Parts: sequence; C-alpha cells; structure tokens
Amino acid sequence: MLNIRNLQAGIEGRKILKGINLEIKAGEVHAIMGPNGSGKSTLASTLAGKKSYEVLGGSVDFLGKDLLELSPEARAAEGLFLAFQYPIEIPGLSTTNFIKTAVNEVRKYHGKDPLDAVGFLRMMKEKMALMNIEQSLLSRPLNEGFSGGEKKRNEIFQMAMLEPKLAILDETDSGLDIDAIRIVSNGVNKLRNKDNAVLVVTHYQRLLDYIVPDFVHVLYNGRIVKSGTKELALELEERGYDFIKNEVNVEEGV
Amino acid sequence: MNSVEHYKEHFDQLQSTDKNGLTAIRKNAFDAFNKFGIPTSRHEEWKYTRIGGLFNKQYQFPVSTGSLSANDINDLRLPGHEQANELVFINGIFSFPLSKIISPELIVQSLEEAASNEFKEIVAANLGHSSDYLKDGINALNTAFVNGAVFVHVSKGKVTEHPIYIYNITDARTENIFSQPRSLVHVGQNAQVQLIETYVTIGASESFTNAVMEIVVEENALLEYYKIQNDASHTNQVSTTHIRQVGKSYVHAVTISLNGGIVRNNLNIVLDAERCEAHLYGLYFQKGKSHIDNHTVVDNVKPNCFSNELYKGVMNDEASGVFNGKIFVRQLAQKTNAYQSNKNVLLSDNATVNAKPQLEIFADDVKCSHGCTVGQLDEEALFYLQSRGIAGKVAHSLLVRAFATDILEHVKPAPIRAYIETLIAERLEY
Repeated sequence: MLNIRNLQAGIEGRKILKGINLEIKAGEVHAIMGPNGSGKSTLASTLAGKKSYEVLGGSVDFLGKDLLELSPEARAAEGLFLAFQYPIEIPGLSTTNFIKTAVNEVRKYHGKDPLDAVGFLRMMKEKMALMNIEQSLLSRPLNEGFSGGEKKRNEIFQMAMLEPKLAILDETDSGLDIDAIRIVSNGVNKLRNKDNAVLVVTHYQRLLDYIVPDFVHVLYNGRIVKSGTKELALELEERGYDFIKNEVNVEEGV
Repeated sequence: MNSVEHYKEHFDQLQSTDKNGLTAIRKNAFDAFNKFGIPTSRHEEWKYTRIGGLFNKQYQFPVSTGSLSANDINDLRLPGHEQANELVFINGIFSFPLSKIISPELIVQSLEEAASNEFKEIVAANLGHSSDYLKDGINALNTAFVNGAVFVHVSKGKVTEHPIYIYNITDARTENIFSQPRSLVHVGQNAQVQLIETYVTIGASESFTNAVMEIVVEENALLEYYKIQNDASHTNQVSTTHIRQVGKSYVHAVTISLNGGIVRNNLNIVLDAERCEAHLYGLYFQKGKSHIDNHTVVDNVKPNCFSNELYKGVMNDEASGVFNGKIFVRQLAQKTNAYQSNKNVLLSDNATVNAKPQLEIFADDVKCSHGCTVGQLDEEALFYLQSRGIAGKVAHSLLVRAFATDILEHVKPAPIRAYIETLIAERLEY
C-alpha cells in the first residue's frame, strides 16, 4: 500500500529525515516510535503534504501513485488520512459543515455526485453511533474550545467519515488521559479491516497497548534505526531511548 | 463641480422655493460648506479616502424623483419586502408613491412638513446634530441642500412588527447623478424598530450619493439598524448614520459593505443618557479596486454606558480599506465600558488596510479597550482543511466565510441574513 524509499525531507533548509525506508501493506498496523526531535512528526506531515516541509530526495508510492506529486487534498482523496497532533481550531466553521464539505469534496474527486442532506445525515448517524460521539460536539465550531480528548475524538470521527486506506495517527495520545486514550483507540480499532492500514506515530508505548502494532520501528536522528514486533515497544518503554541512541552512536563511531 | 459657485445657483433656487422654515439650517450649512469645501486628503479624517477627484466631473443635481415606476424598482427590492415597510428615495428625493407603509405605528412625512407641525421641536432639536461630529464640507453639503427629505416617527410604546426597508436608488441611466438623501428618524419611548438600508444604482452613468440619516432613540427604545452596500463599482458614496440615544436605550448596528467604487461610511453613536447600550458590527469584503472607509464614533457623554464594536474586513485584489474607530469618554461619563476590535484579512498582495483606533478618555473610572489585526488566512488551517480532501480554493472560501461568521450572526432578520449569505457565497464561488 505504502512504500517509502530513501525519503529525505526538511524544513527551512534543515534536513530532518535522512533516508527513511518503510513498507506498509494492507491490513497492517505499524508504529513509529522515537525520542523528541527524531523526525516523527516531520514524517507524518511530509506524507500528508504540508507545504512548509520540503522533500529533498527519495520516493513514496501510495497505492500505485507517486504520493509526493499529489496535492494534500488529492492525497486525502486517494485515501491518506492524518490525525493531527494539534487539531486546528476554526471559529465560525461548524464541524458538521466542515465534514460534509470534506466528504463531498472526496466524492467529487472520484467523479461521484455529492451526498444529499438525507444521505449525509444517515452516514453521520451511523458513524456517530459507531464512534460514540454526540451531536452537540458536531454542532459546535470546528475544534473551538474542545478539550484535548474531544479534539482527538473529532479527528477519529473524521477518519470514520472519510474511510481512508491509510490512517496516520500523529501523537494521538499526547495530552490525553487514559480514559480518553481508550475511547480514541477503540474508535480506531473499530475502523480497522484487512483492506486498510494504520501508522501510529508515538513517543510512548501506552497507546500501543490499545492499538496493537504488527511492526514497531524506531526513528532516531532522521532514520529508522531498528524495526521489530510489538515487543520492541515494550523494551523501549522499559529501557528508554538511550539504549537505542547508544547502539546507533557506537555503530556510527560517535 | 469643485467650485462653490456651481452650487450657489442651485442653492439660491432651493432657498427661494422653500415654504417650511428649513432655510436657516440650510444657510448655516451652506456657509459651512463654503468654509470647509470638499474634503481633501489634508483633512485628518479624509487622509486615506480621496473624493476630490469625483467632483471634477459634472453631475445632474436632481430635484424630482424622475420617471421610475414601481415596476422599474421591483427587482431591486430586498428579500422579505412583502412583510416590510418600504421607504424609497430616488436620486436623493423621497418618493411617497413608491413607498409603502404597512405598520400603523409609523408616521412618515416629508421633513419639510414635520419641521412645521407637531414634530417641529423634535426636528429642531435633532436635525443637523451630526454636524457637531462631522466637521467637513461633505456633511454640510447635504444639509445645505435638504430637500425631498423624510421624517419617520415610531410611535411611543409600539413594537414595529414589520421592518422598515430604506432604498436609496440612483437612476443613472442617462446622466451622472449627484444625490443627497436625507432622513430623520425618531424612535419614541418604549418603541422597537428594525431599519434596513441599502443603496442601488440603475444605469451605467456615474453616481455620487451623499446620504445623511439622523436617528434619535428615546428612553427604553430598541433600534436595530442594518446598512447593506453592494452597489456597482461606478458608484461612489458617503453614507452617514448618526444615532443619538437620548434615553436609556439599546442600539444594534450592523454595516455590511460588499461592493462599490469609493464608499465612505460615518457611523456615530452618541450615548447621551445613562445606561445606554450600543453594539456596532461591520463586515467589509471588497474586491477589484473598490475602496471602503468605515469611520465610527462612539461618544460616551453620560455615565454607565456600554458599547461593543467589532469590524472585520476581507480585502481582495487591489481593494483598499480604512477603519477609523474613535471612542470618546467625556469627563462626566464615569463607569463607561467601551470595547472595540478591528480584524482584517488580506487575500492579495495588492490589497491594503489602514486601521486607526482612537481612544480619548477624560473620565478616570472606565473600562476601555481596543485592538486591531491585519493578517492573512492561516496556513495551518488551510492545510488542515486540505488534508481532509477539501480543494485549496474551497478551503480558502470556507475560511473566509468562517472569519465573517461572528458578524453575520448579528444580522437578525432572517431574510436579510440569507440574502447577505447568498451574496457572500457568490463572491466566494462555493
């Protein structure tokens, strides 16, 4: 589904990703872990197409398309979804109106007619029940005054509405208490199936208790320096990132 | 039309035909006009809005409402007009035949008539009050030529169920038109009324409208006032609304400016009684080479008044904008609460805004604040919308519309709000 080859990217002339290689197949859950500043969020933002990040080399194939050539909206329409670490507050734009526009814009991209009011409402109701999200949240302006937990639930609700092929969760657990993590993870798990995939970007192992990864990769200094199964996450939790840093530094002869 | 001589002839003619005792106020105003002249950019209040050039051409000075019929203006009516009182000015002259009064509590007369009947004291006390605040030739010019003006009285204790729509129509089908609508509105004690004012030009010749509306709001009265400007780009106007709250009362004023050539708005709110409350909202969304200037004054004359002002601007293309918001707190006006905010978004590199908040406070126990921002659409927000599959252009429109929301939600009459929403949607092409 996603094939990243030697991806190098940076911001404001500073190279942050120094050659990422990663392959994700349908049905898989991958976790990318790493200490602060290792490039986790840069990877998530670069894949989603954020303008301020500059691709300096390498390629990304997403479902047979050259992802890096697509606009952010086309990436989304092709099935890539980024759950933001810090969802943006937009006063004056109702959450429902925003989601309706998004759903219909994606339909338009695929040459489909927009959903009518009834069709959209039916879809909303269904996903609201699935995600356990209340109408009052969706009537409010987008993320404005939402608690951390509400913002993340809203992200996952958008994911449910857009039904992406690949969901990237960027530090979705940051700022959440354990109950909120459980609710958000349940939402993600309900959306998983054999045809889609999830990339969890996180600093801590705790989210991975709920969204259990098939593969864990450690990102350090702009490279994936170690890959393994979910046991690797537990090891990191226990030993901290220092042992990885030491291993890398020894190899590189620092 | 730059020279005073040009106006003198018209003025003398008007004065000679007057039968109703407005000659004195006109004479004073003409003298003031003579002294001040058409404002130039050397005038502090006209620094960024240059209208002098508009007076280098010839305009017709209309003295009658001309030949427009009810059919001709049908298409110009605002939504909801079936349930509204409608007051129609043609080329600055009030037209009784084209106007429609359906609320029995409204008294609508020619100002000339009101100046000499039972309303003469109200007229004497309030007509020309705006000239204390607008010391320039353009305000004086309107008063010097008060003619075909209207007086509206909202009877004491009455809630006017049907709003009053005021159309300032310019018939520029055959020649350039200079029109000067003038009105005096008196909202009686315990009365409630909604006024909705708009400007429309028919025809391709140029027009200059110099409108002055003075409104007096009595004790316990409630006024909602809306100004909608979406005229063609070959039309120019100076539009003054002077609201004086002479008893404890509530005023809610919203100015929506979407198009025009050079548009200058003066909105003055004089809080001339204790415990008055005033809310001022404005949205200007300009394109092309249009110029919009909102000058507002909130004058706290008496203690314990509250005012809140929020003006928002979206400037596209080569449009230019001015916001000048003055708050005066007089020495007597202790316990004043006065807030002001102006926020602007520039959508193009060639659009400009000059913003100038001014507080002049002579009392010591007050709460006042002002703030002003000029920026661009938030890139992070744009990316957020795009990352959900929303095309860049649509995301852009959604953000502009979102920015306007906290002004539009203060447009209370549903048909008018829907109308403005439609105009904005057309502008944003979504």
